[in-house]
Amino acid sequence: MKLTEYEQAMRAGAFGEPRRLAIEQQIEVGRFFDAEDFVEVSQAHIMGDTEALGAAGVEFLERLASFPEAERQVAVPTITDPRGVDQCRYRLLKQRDEWANLELRASAAMRSLGVLMTDTCINYQTIQAPVFGQHMAFGDTGVVIYSNSVCGARSNFEGGPAALAAALTGRTPRYGYHLDACRKGKMLFELAFEPRNLTEWGALGALIGRAAGSYWSVPVLSTVHTSPGSDELKHFGAAMASYGSVALYHIVGITPEAPDLHSAFDGAVPAARRLTRDDLEAYYASFGCHDKVDVVVFAAPQLSLLEMRELSQLLRGRRVHAGTSLLIATSPENKSACDRMGITQILEEAGAMVLSGVCFYQMYAREMAQANNWKTLLTNSAKLVNIIAGYGYQPVIAPMDVCVEAALRGGMAR
Amino acid sequence: MTDRSYRGHVGIGPKVTGIALVAKDDFSARYDLDRLQGIFSRAAHKLRGQSYVGAILVLDNAKGGVATAWMLYEMKARRMAPAALLLNAANPIMAQGAALANLPLLDRFEADITGLLKTGDKVTVDPAAGLVIVHGA
Repeated sequence: MKLTEYEQAMRAGAFGEPRRLAIEQQIEVGRFFDAEDFVEVSQAHIMGDTEALGAAGVEFLERLASFPEAERQVAVPTITDPRGVDQCRYRLLKQRDEWANLELRASAAMRSLGVLMTDTCINYQTIQAPVFGQHMAFGDTGVVIYSNSVCGARSNFEGGPAALAAALTGRTPRYGYHLDACRKGKMLFELAFEPRNLTEWGALGALIGRAAGSYWSVPVLSTVHTSPGSDELKHFGAAMASYGSVALYHIVGITPEAPDLHSAFDGAVPAARRLTRDDLEAYYASFGCHDKVDVVVFAAPQLSLLEMRELSQLLRGRRVHAGTSLLIATSPENKSACDRMGITQILEEAGAMVLSGVCFYQMYAREMAQANNWKTLLTNSAKLVNIIAGYGYQPVIAPMDVCVEAALRGGMAR
Repeated sequence: MTDRSYRGHVGIGPKVTGIALVAKDDFSARYDLDRLQGIFSRAAHKLRGQSYVGAILVLDNAKGGVATAWMLYEMKARRMAPAALLLNAANPIMAQGAALANLPLLDRFEADITGLLKTGDKVTVDPAAGLVIVHGA
């Protein structure tokens, strides 16, 4: 890789050991992907829940935090993905004190690096949305795919260590979605139905993600005759990234790099694969139905203020079944807003638990299932049903209103 | 009995020799593994129930979320990691995780690596040379 004088000095240790270690790690990754040089980034977003970090990862952060302040401070504004416990509510979920303590240690270490603990995977809805062409080092697949596709910003998936390295150096190797050539469409899907709710947008993302199947494929969706909003595209992208490791998509006439079909591709437009309502029904049917539901989860991604409001309208004055737990995860910013606007109160009076700064699958989900005797799980998130089966749950997907009805009666109606 | 070798892209991490565990399936540490027990746990995975600890793990594509980047480091610190990862197509997360964990990672081979190797093969992985050697094949 070509290094500037500044980068060479950093590599030689002129700006301290944390930055030297960070740029060495970045050079290895850059070489792996044939990056020619570095690109400066305006923000970093670190995924660092303790379930992923483990004790070893927390100790790694604490070692960095032990360096002098001038050497350890991040070089660009740096924010965080959800945490593994909500410090106010973890005991109610039978999560362990040791996890909460590990979380406190991880947060303290990151704060001493100058990281802003936003604890959110919807920073584009709650903190600051990126701008077209802005280079970022974002660390949550849902955040990356939304920022790349909807905003036209430029980021690769930057896992926790890589986002932290970018935060310390202020740059990232220039490969993948920082390059014009990688951002052109690779495959085409034609939509033959109109998604009717967030879950259908998520399921559509799942179908495309499964067909795309690789980080390097850029799916293009055409013939969309409806106008999806931020929450629709949030579920669509998060599911696509989860099922297919996809980091960028285009929707013709809707997202900024696809004003028309030809602009979305570099040269010839490939043959389209049609996606029909039958495909959607087959996806739903593959999960089946639960007569008894142990836990209903609204998360992955965290809920926007508008989703929180919709849930409160569905649950107002009603009561969740005694045999079912109802969990809702949102960002700390939205939680404060919901507290202020009376939304939290409505949800809690109905028996739901509103969690702040966490996301269900990042919360030691396997151990929570054992401690709470949860097996059957219902959610409106296509991303969550994809992830959570690996943690020993039997997940089923249904739209928000169906999930709420199941939570009230303790199971799904046949 | 001769050795045969396959070429991939230049990789990450040190040279290592071990026994291959192969499947035509994808890989994510978050989605597929019970990391405490060191086995594949996702019901639909072709290696379900099998231990990956110390193996030269040979799979198709990297998939899923960003968690694997930290998880490789954490697994290695507990000595519960595979010895190396050979994939047809890695993604940035695998590369970043391998760089932090100093775990050998190789991808982009001349042909489908899950077809070229079989479970039980004794292989040497040389990331700096971008080479996989199958011994006594």
